[in-house]
Amino acid sequence: MHLEYTVVEGDFVNAGTASSSVKKTLKQLNVQPAVIKRVVVALYEAEVNAIAHAYGGKVLVDIESDKIKMTVADKGPGIPDIALAMQEGYSTARPEVRDMGFGAGMGLPNMQKNVDKMNVTSEVGVGTTVEMEVNFNA
Amino acid sequence: MTLREIVKLLDAEVCVGEGRLDEEVTKAFASDLMSDVLTLKDTPILITGLCNVQTIRTCDMAGLEVAIIVRNKKPSEEMLELAEENDMTIIACPFSLFKACGLLYDAGLQPLY
Repeated sequence: MHLEYTVVEGDFVNAGTASSSVKKTLKQLNVQPAVIKRVVVALYEAEVNAIAHAYGGKVLVDIESDKIKMTVADKGPGIPDIALAMQEGYSTARPEVRDMGFGAGMGLPNMQKNVDKMNVTSEVGVGTTVEMEVNFNA
Repeated sequence: MTLREIVKLLDAEVCVGEGRLDEEVTKAFASDLMSDVLTLKDTPILITGLCNVQTIRTCDMAGLEVAIIVRNKKPSEEMLELAEENDMTIIACPFSLFKACGLLYDAGLQPLY
């Protein structure tokens, strides 16, 4: 099953709509609640990142029988130093993002903790792509 | 303690989700930072001063069913609709975060760590 969502820059009100829709779909597919939580927490963090830091992007989700693959690809400033961005507490978030309850430099590390596979690629001035995979049978 | 007892103790108002008031709760977590809520493995009730749609979204993603909004903030219609859609209970409390947590801790509600 393939799902696609569009993320709009600065649209904080709709941050989480993709994750919420994926949550409902996985529930219908009877995926274990603990696995669903890991998937949607990681995807939600990625959605918030794309809205907070980039100029919009796409969320692509592929649900297979034994796993879910998620790609969040944004057009944006990119991440100059991915290793630094992966460190807990490192943040470049604007005050607006902090007002929404985010921007403490927890997003990327928390995504990493919740998924089985994660790959971040980024080009400065072009954008960032985060690919994540979660297996259904841990 | 039950949510009904919590509402009374905090002089609070139930905005949506009255149906859960007789459920027993044992654990609470207080944070204005939603990133911290998203790291929880457990599903306590949330006590927060953050009053926007992301409060509800975060609870939904983290599997939290009850949020107490402190500092006399009034949840928006949009928040309440989203909460209702996700079968959540939203409680609005006039007290500060510190006072609300102090009262609940004193009444026996447990921290996560």
